[in-house]
Amino acid sequence: MLELEARAEPSRLMSLLSPLLAVTLMLAGGLLVFAALGKDPAEGFRIFFLNPVRDLYAVSELLLKATPLMLCAIGLAIGFRANVWNIGAEGQFMLGAVAATGVALYFDGSESGLLLPAMIVAGALGGAAWAAIPALLRTRFNANEILVSLMLVYVAQLFVSWLVFGPWKDPDGFNFPQTRMFGEAALMPMVLEGTRLHLGFVIALAVLVAGYAFMNRSYAGFRMRVAGEAPDAARYAGFSANRMIWVGLLLGGAAAGLAGMGEVAGPMGQLTDKVGSGYGFAAIIVAFVGRLNAFGILLASLLMALLYIGGEQAQQYLNLPSSISMVFQGMLLFFLLGSDVFIHYRLRLRRRAAQVR
Amino acid sequence: MTGRPSPGPSIAGTPRLVLKGISKVYPTVVANDQVDLAVQPGEIRAILGENGAGKSTLMKIIYGVTRPSAGQVFWEGEEVQVENPAHARSLGIGMVFQHFSLFETLTVVENVALALPGKPALDDLARRITEVSERYGLPVDPRRHIHALSVGERQRVEIIRCLLQNPRLLIMDEPTSVLTPQAVRKLFETLRQLAAEGCSILYISHKLDEIQELCHSATVLRGGKVTGECIPAQETPASMARLMIGKDLPHCEHGAAKADGELRLRLAGLSHASEDPFGTDLKDIHLDVRAGEIVGIAGVSGNGQQELLRAISGEETLAERFPVQICGVEAGRLSPGRRRKLGLAFVPEERLGRGAVPGMSLADNALLTAAHNQHMVAGGFLRFERARDFARRCIEAFNVKCGGPGAAAKSLSGGNLQKFIVGREILQAPRLLVCAQPTWGVDVGAATFIRQSIIDLRDRGCAVLVISEELDELFEICDRIAVIAKGRLSPTHPASETTVEDIGVWMSGMWPGAESIEPRPQPGRAESLNA
Repeated sequence: MLELEARAEPSRLMSLLSPLLAVTLMLAGGLLVFAALGKDPAEGFRIFFLNPVRDLYAVSELLLKATPLMLCAIGLAIGFRANVWNIGAEGQFMLGAVAATGVALYFDGSESGLLLPAMIVAGALGGAAWAAIPALLRTRFNANEILVSLMLVYVAQLFVSWLVFGPWKDPDGFNFPQTRMFGEAALMPMVLEGTRLHLGFVIALAVLVAGYAFMNRSYAGFRMRVAGEAPDAARYAGFSANRMIWVGLLLGGAAAGLAGMGEVAGPMGQLTDKVGSGYGFAAIIVAFVGRLNAFGILLASLLMALLYIGGEQAQQYLNLPSSISMVFQGMLLFFLLGSDVFIHYRLRLRRRAAQVR
Repeated sequence: MTGRPSPGPSIAGTPRLVLKGISKVYPTVVANDQVDLAVQPGEIRAILGENGAGKSTLMKIIYGVTRPSAGQVFWEGEEVQVENPAHARSLGIGMVFQHFSLFETLTVVENVALALPGKPALDDLARRITEVSERYGLPVDPRRHIHALSVGERQRVEIIRCLLQNPRLLIMDEPTSVLTPQAVRKLFETLRQLAAEGCSILYISHKLDEIQELCHSATVLRGGKVTGECIPAQETPASMARLMIGKDLPHCEHGAAKADGELRLRLAGLSHASEDPFGTDLKDIHLDVRAGEIVGIAGVSGNGQQELLRAISGEETLAERFPVQICGVEAGRLSPGRRRKLGLAFVPEERLGRGAVPGMSLADNALLTAAHNQHMVAGGFLRFERARDFARRCIEAFNVKCGGPGAAAKSLSGGNLQKFIVGREILQAPRLLVCAQPTWGVDVGAATFIRQSIIDLRDRGCAVLVISEELDELFEICDRIAVIAKGRLSPTHPASETTVEDIGVWMSGMWPGAESIEPRPQPGRAESLNA
């Protein structure tokens, strides 16, 4: 019979192979889902996984989709490494978008080259400010940051709705819940001619590199890793636990806010009540699939973007509901958690007869 | 301690346990190499060896925690493959680990229940625990949570958990390190009684006098190999130590302390309510430690040592500044990092998880406390080369057996990790060193080395405070000794004018001039003194 046996040491190889195994199993599971829905699995595979990378434009859309994911995920990973569980990147994303929109609307019509940098700063600060609430409540009153940050997502969503249905509604917008379109100076410049891929992607790559340097090369990142792995050792070494919570949440919030800014100043060009489209939550999966590591997060965000776009394609060409991409996301996380068991355990075939009772 | 080994094992019949050619090969080290061992029913056999000699690995193989790479295990004449600890327990093997295997968030009785087959009723089990604990002089309250227990108390839980299962082979890994002399005597009576009833005992200890007193036979391991067997009663501690380390036992050189050194640590009426509801409150503690002397604090675990250490290290900050003064600075409200900058170095009781991060390399663990002192940080970024160099220096200067600066802390044996941590703290040239249980679970060779290092540090003008439950150790290295009992500290006395017996009496709070301390209703604490 098969049994799980604890490994003496966690397997490094398995820790790298596990995401690949999870992706493979997700693909296999996906083919079964297509078949069960009465679609040709080969056709489903082609549309879901190959269509999104069929040409340069498709790839640019993929990168565009991956941009907010990698931004949110790298910010979250910094906190997760220190056991700071910020689940509310979605809300911080929206507040970043709100803050950037506020700057854009206030200076509406401005041609200044400083407008966009101001929006970038505002976006990061907006996200960080939203994340400061759970940080304050946690360090002051020991309120669980998982719950507080999660609940603040819904507050943020309602706040955005109030703005776009109320004070910020475009007077010429036929009553649609959206702000005025941003002026040219408030929009991200494109980095690839003829596509929607904007400067945000380059910023996201830079943030990934900065995140790597912070986590793996800086003393502050080292302290956060110690706090995550051995809280008593962090206390013994004198690393302030409150400081970890602040740093983890503020950096996570700032990165998510930056992502939100990139959405309103990028493909959307305005703030609408649909600004939060689940990137903040998907980024949690991205962070873990990427092993809380910058390079892994790069790959995982591309994969997750593929699932999003594949889902849209499946909706268009296969008449499947768009929630198919949620099914794939769910399968990915499910198989990843399953595969991770093999980091700490190995499968053993054993004969019962060998056991003496 | 008096008493001789009980009559001895029955030689006729099948041995309880036989190991043949057991080898265990890890990627970087051969932990056991062709080990043969036999234990008779009723035999108490010592396993002697330095840290890293392979004793713990061998015991883990017997208990089914790890699997041998080669070799055979025979249990009562039949070849077995011990699959896991549950299987070992079903065979009748019990083990008390050196590193405890208790769930901190559960109570004593819940932890014991987990190790028993089936689902025992907790009330009934609690009664049995109390019975066994009283019978064997190991008092502990079954309803308390493990996280609130001191190391000494946790060990009692481990021992009781094993005894509840009426084992036929009991493996004890350094069981007496944190027991009072009286409790050790009581434990030995228990072990002798168990042996007389036919239970075999494998007894790992570095205390050679204990082995002589208790054990019928001894197997000596060195570098993973069996290097000899002996009858401890026919040997001297020195001859056994020679078998074990391959040369004569080094002695601690201990000259007189320098008088009137600079004041480095002053506790000025330190009172502090413990954060832990089951902890011990510190009450009006006064102590001076000067440069060039070693002051020791004796006491049974759970009498305020942990709280005192946290108050000095800064892991628990105080409401006021003055009660803790480090090198002339009122430091009561400073963080551990700030106190370190004043010249404090601290070796905590727990090595894995507090003194070192288990999953990180030794180089990263060097960063833990030495980052600023050894200039391993520049502009907020880590200088890995410096961290590796410093770790390498610790490894070389303190003779740490490991795979190099890249080895994970958890891959080291307890004694080697302790040498690394002590080395890391001492090589930072502290002005004040505070050491908790510096040689707990460390073998004689390494223990002597660590003690000598502490004495050498004193001779270089450092002030040293040692908190230990091992009286022999305190008498060996300390210039002055005080006793902590129920959160109060006795006045210090020169070690040369004090005896073990005096200290034993003071441990109950009855030191000369002590105001009468009303006994606090603290199960598991006070009773152990008159057990």
